Amino acid sequence: MTEAEIFHVGIADAKIATYPDHLRTAGLGSCVGVVVYDKQKKIAGMAHVMLPDSSLAKQTQMNRNKYADTALDDLIANLLRRGASKSRFKAKLAGGAQMFSFMSSDEKMRIGPRNIEAVEQKLREYRIPIESKDVGGSNGRTIEFNTNTCGLKIKTVSKEEAII
Amino acid sequence: MYELRNITEDQLDALKEAGNIGAGNAATALSTLLCQDIDMKVPAVRICHFNELIESIGGAELPLAAIYLRVQGDAPGNMFFLLQPAEAELFVHYITGNESFSWSNTSHDDINLSALHEMGNILAGSYLSAISDFAKVNMQPSVPQISVDMGGAILANGLIEIAEESDYTVVIDTVIALSDPNQQQHMVEGKFLLLLHPDAFGHLFRALGVEEDD
Repeated sequence: MTEAEIFHVGIADAKIATYPDHLRTAGLGSCVGVVVYDKQKKIAGMAHVMLPDSSLAKQTQMNRNKYADTALDDLIANLLRRGASKSRFKAKLAGGAQMFSFMSSDEKMRIGPRNIEAVEQKLREYRIPIESKDVGGSNGRTIEFNTNTCGLKIKTVSKEEAII
Repeated sequence: MYELRNITEDQLDALKEAGNIGAGNAATALSTLLCQDIDMKVPAVRICHFNELIESIGGAELPLAAIYLRVQGDAPGNMFFLLQPAEAELFVHYITGNESFSWSNTSHDDINLSALHEMGNILAGSYLSAISDFAKVNMQPSVPQISVDMGGAILANGLIEIAEESDYTVVIDTVIALSDPNQQQHMVEGKFLLLLHPDAFGHLFRALGVEEDD
């Protein structure tokens, strides 16, 4: 039997994994971790996005995995290329917290809620149903997706571990 | 705007000097307040990828106690004072003389937490005002906020605006340490991280006399 490997997704990064491997990203604050998966094929992709919209980019060569819209476009394209079926796609997401309270008064810094909205909007455009989510609040999260069970494990500093 | 890849060694050295002056002033302020010696390490200045920065504080998941504030003005950016949560508790015990404080039983109106807030205010204020005086640039700190959570989740707040322009950041990193007077070892070690917004460099380099005239 092959050992399950855990693929670590960094900040502004994305990866694809198939059974029996897991996908993990640590320390989500205002960033959103989104997983798109095909349960029958046991294939999943995870992105750790920092910003809602690539039109905000002031770079000439931008990292597409940094933005909710372009990260999801690429994640979905890569999953399809690897043989996943669009009609079976489902999604789970976590993160989008507001880590510091003074940010609420500053629209630009309301980045957590805006990241959540942007990811959900993009999933709606692709007609991908959201199976579960753990978003908002004011705490950091580490998430790990199991390609076998399609459970998303959520770890925080102060609350008990949960699987959504 | 400055392209990070065009930043020269001289410019990094100038930032290091600014970090040295800032942290030196903060260490002096703390030392005066507590009537105790504070050790300071030579600042490190580097250009690194967001993920490298997060690794450098112990990884995205490691819990840290952070005092965070935003800086506005000519040289905008984000400033963190990071402590290990257990050491932050010791720090609070030390400054308040009240040993009952712990992260697990604190609330927003806890006077001990206010003391830590005020300490953050003094440290960050003296750090930034020293740089601001030295370089003659206007730097205005916001009211500090405290959070104890995963390092990655905390630092990402300081990277949002930088992320619109780059995946790399200039980090000015200085460690100060408070020793237990009765023992030789460090009791509390705190790390200042100053993450400057790309808009800050033009102003700062001109003020510090290290502007490249290409």
